[in-house]
Amino acid sequence: MQALAQYLIQTFGLPVPLSVLSPLLGFMGGVVVLTAIAVQAMYLIWLERKVAAHMQDRLGPMLVGGWHGWAQSLADGIKLLLKEDIVPAAADRPLFLLAPLVVFVGSFAAFVCLPFGDRVIISDLNVGIFYIIAVTSFVVIGIIMAGWGSNNKWALFGAMRSAAQIVSYEIPVGLSLLAAVMAAGSLSMQEIVAAQDGGIHRWFAFRNPFLFVAFVIYFLASLSEVNRTPFDIPEAESELVAGYHTEYSGMRFSFFFLAEYANMFAVAAIAATLFLGGWQAPWGGGAPIFGVIWVIAKAHFLVFVQMWLRWTLPRLRVDQLMYIGWKVLTPFAFACIVGTGAWMLVFKQG
Amino acid sequence: MAQVEIVDTADVKTQEMVLNMGPQHPSTHGVLRLEIGTDGEIVRWVRPHIGYLHRCFEKHAENLTYPQVIPFTDRMDYMASMNNNLGYVLGVERLMDIQVPERVEYIRVIVCELNRIASHLISFGTYGLDIGAFTPFLFAFRERERIFDMFEMTCGARMLYNYIWVGGVSHDLPDGFIEAATAFVDDFEKSIDEYNGILSGNKIFIERTANVGILPADMAINYNVTGPNLRGSGVKWDLRRDEPYSIYDRFEFDIPVGRGEMGTVGDCWDRYMVRIWEMEQSRRIVKQALQQIPKGNVHAAIPKQVRPPKGECYFRTETPKGELGVYVISDGTTKAYRVKVKSPCFVALSVLPELCKGAMIADVVAIIGSIDIVLGEVDR
Repeated sequence: MQALAQYLIQTFGLPVPLSVLSPLLGFMGGVVVLTAIAVQAMYLIWLERKVAAHMQDRLGPMLVGGWHGWAQSLADGIKLLLKEDIVPAAADRPLFLLAPLVVFVGSFAAFVCLPFGDRVIISDLNVGIFYIIAVTSFVVIGIIMAGWGSNNKWALFGAMRSAAQIVSYEIPVGLSLLAAVMAAGSLSMQEIVAAQDGGIHRWFAFRNPFLFVAFVIYFLASLSEVNRTPFDIPEAESELVAGYHTEYSGMRFSFFFLAEYANMFAVAAIAATLFLGGWQAPWGGGAPIFGVIWVIAKAHFLVFVQMWLRWTLPRLRVDQLMYIGWKVLTPFAFACIVGTGAWMLVFKQG
Repeated sequence: MAQVEIVDTADVKTQEMVLNMGPQHPSTHGVLRLEIGTDGEIVRWVRPHIGYLHRCFEKHAENLTYPQVIPFTDRMDYMASMNNNLGYVLGVERLMDIQVPERVEYIRVIVCELNRIASHLISFGTYGLDIGAFTPFLFAFRERERIFDMFEMTCGARMLYNYIWVGGVSHDLPDGFIEAATAFVDDFEKSIDEYNGILSGNKIFIERTANVGILPADMAINYNVTGPNLRGSGVKWDLRRDEPYSIYDRFEFDIPVGRGEMGTVGDCWDRYMVRIWEMEQSRRIVKQALQQIPKGNVHAAIPKQVRPPKGECYFRTETPKGELGVYVISDGTTKAYRVKVKSPCFVALSVLPELCKGAMIADVVAIIGSIDIVLGEVDR
């Protein structure tokens, strides 16, 4: 934002000091991003209901708003806003009230480093991907706060499962991303995208077999990170009622809900950026506007696959989930790192 | 050599957490409450509490005339009301020594077997939900709707029919029923393949159900478990074949039993799969019955008032859930002196604590789903 503020002052000669304009722009940018992501999450909720319905020989929401029930999520949002915000009498009040915000912030902060085009990125940190892994793990703290603060045994079970699950699956996530980082030679998101310039065969997912496996591992492990079927045991509704958010109602519940869908999009966008060429077109390059469209299209494809899996597969048991995390995905992710390194040595390219 | 200090954990005090599952829980299949002693994710013991849906069926039956009891039997196992109607009505008919017309026998078999399919479809669909797959449920409802549409044609009701009466059925099959039923049984074969494709053969589903909740054959017999749960344990026992009532001895069908294909005989997968196979057998029976059904009257010549002679009768039939026993004592009036029902679901529930020992919480859900209980029948 500092760079943009400097640019505006120099070009248009705005009579405002840099120290005022920069935070102001930052604030405005934050509001815009927040709104865009919230709208996007609501859209994904609608999409999920439509995808589910069509897989199950139904139509899904058709009435609200006219065209295929497009305003259903909006109506649900308004309903949730108007609902009573119930705090159980025996709950740990501060933790209970704070938890949805922590989850929300954790999943939204990841968007700071997601590149949507050549210059369309809020902040291109030089440790971008590292930062994203760090802030998305933050979500688990909120989930444990919610589970513990609710003073409900089911919520506690959900929170404990979630903690175990996210801690376990962080490792394959980190390792598989590391393979792509090795190939790019940088942690910065923009440089990772730039390293995949030149068309679809240069994308990391299709560069060499090890990176493709790393892509698959990342996708599977990220399903677990965002609690999607078949890894949705923290909120397994047939076992734990609603898991960690059993006791939540109204807007606080919808914060969890929005965060979940924002998170789904975030992990899909990360996968698209690191393995599928980010904002670049399949034939290379990507103009500023089209870049946004490309990255959203790629992320949406992955989101669709997430939904597809959810409405097809049953759920794993907690011990089977741990087995897959530690004994399948983690060793294979290590193998991918070694393989990618060897490939780079032998063929002199990533 | 460095000495590794081994910490003795025997004196670390851990506490069992008692978890209340239900009566309002998504997968207790009704208003069942389970008290579960948990050690982390491991279940140490389970204690079912029943009675949340107790409606004094048996006491009501003493104060109503014989035909008036039939709608109450609908509400026992509301997933398979036709079969409950039949069990009670056959008991009363045995007491009165009534022979019903041929056409009635065929209609009864057709509706009961269609209802068996509908009941197993719900069992299949909700089992998918228990394991975490949503789509099979909707697939099952698609076919169940067609069955209910057919029942609606016959008696106007979709779930609680009051269709099978003492000495006959309430209405004859309407025009178009035979065609609709024939079309359904022809299409249904493909649907079963679809179910197997989406759930039965799924790797995750097999992982979740094979070798879970194993019910050995001797334990099943000792507890008097019947129906698909017993057959899942590999015991070939079906009243339709071993003690034929109505006209079941005229049809060709197999009794599928669990073979432990994916794990051990009597595990959740076997119990689940027996139901899928049974749907196929019911389809065969309906198909034969539709071809053979004769024309004729649908009411036997019986007096206006049902007044069985003094005496008692125990009649058992094979409902989708197992062996439904109806014990009727008549004192020669228009009202029964006593009606007692032996419910297969109640028995299946009694074996639940044995099956759940040492399982995980997710397994408890899988086991409850696999024994397919309906609380309306457990509590009556």
